[in-house]
Amino acid sequence: MGSFIRALLPSCAVILLGGGVVWSATDGFRAFTEEGARRLNVSENQPAMPLLVLEDMNGDELRLGRDTYTTDKITLVWFIYTTCPTICQIAGSEYARLRDRLAQAGLGDRVRLLSVSFDPLHDRPQEMRGYAETHGADGVIWTVARVRPGDLDLMKRSFGLRVISDEMGGYQHNAAIHLIDRYGRLTDIFDTGDVNKVFNAVRTKL
Amino acid sequence: MNPARIVLSLGLLGLCVLFRQTLEADPASHVLVQLPLLAISGGLFVAGLGAGDLRLAEPLANALSLVAVVAILFWMLPRYIDAALVDPAVEAAKFISIPLLAGGSFAFGWAKSHPFLRGFLKANAISMLGVLAFLYIHAPVRICNSYLVADQERLGFAFLMTAIGLAIAWAIPLFTPPPKEALLS
Repeated sequence: MGSFIRALLPSCAVILLGGGVVWSATDGFRAFTEEGARRLNVSENQPAMPLLVLEDMNGDELRLGRDTYTTDKITLVWFIYTTCPTICQIAGSEYARLRDRLAQAGLGDRVRLLSVSFDPLHDRPQEMRGYAETHGADGVIWTVARVRPGDLDLMKRSFGLRVISDEMGGYQHNAAIHLIDRYGRLTDIFDTGDVNKVFNAVRTKL
Repeated sequence: MNPARIVLSLGLLGLCVLFRQTLEADPASHVLVQLPLLAISGGLFVAGLGAGDLRLAEPLANALSLVAVVAILFWMLPRYIDAALVDPAVEAAKFISIPLLAGGSFAFGWAKSHPFLRGFLKANAISMLGVLAFLYIHAPVRICNSYLVADQERLGFAFLMTAIGLAIAWAIPLFTPPPKEALLS
């Protein structure tokens, strides 16, 4: 019996130790991917977003994140580039649905929906207006804006946004809805299809 | 001591470091070429030092094989495949830990491990590669933020090919006649 245990002991120690390493490296088996880790970090730490001054589709300034002129609104942000042929097009109808539900619930003046372009060199106000028209963003609850080229890195870093080029002149990027609460903190990240979850989160955070 | 193996080992490691951008540009060559080459480099180094002649009790050999398994599992996590591409510290950890922990431990322990453990790990390697293949081919989302969806699917098929290849390679000995000495003993 004793020799049996001695034979198994080193292997058991390795399994325990290895399990522990993998456990801590995946935040307790909760985040196996970078995207999972990004979302987990956001929901646990609710990082304050730095102030980003965007330009909307009418060429006006639009402030996002920690701001002394805080709007007292919840902001829902997702990232786009207007020439995106795939996900951004499909997601557009989800956002329209979300906008309609928020408006119906009478929350229209307390939430703003923002499609933010990470391709500011191509997406000028003119392109952004075209995109808005296609998807039904009327500029009241839902508007389209672009980051200033100099702020692109800051925006990518603070949101954990990863943009990679595909081979056809476009990009692939995190498809997600980011919720920034009234205090300028990034508190939740949702899948683009989770309209119900986003709606409920907005209601509880107002 | 076998200097040729050690030189070969260091050469492989050097190639992996030198051509890391090329190898890492595609997830299939990252996971199924670069990572195995790193492990082989570590294995060759240990073998070159004469690990084969070392006396090693079976329980310790089993444990060393499991160390290699943990290291392989860890570096197959999509989170750390991504992290190695954006964080130089993680990249460095990869280039050190895979040769040492995956390749080195394996070269020390595998041949002297219990046959049952070796069979168990082989069977699990095949089935795990199958599961990964299914996951990477059918996942509705990007599993690695650094790679395109189309590349992810190709990695899935590459996992499948690897699983089939290993299954065939490990099954062949079952159908070849055992050597004469084994029959006599």
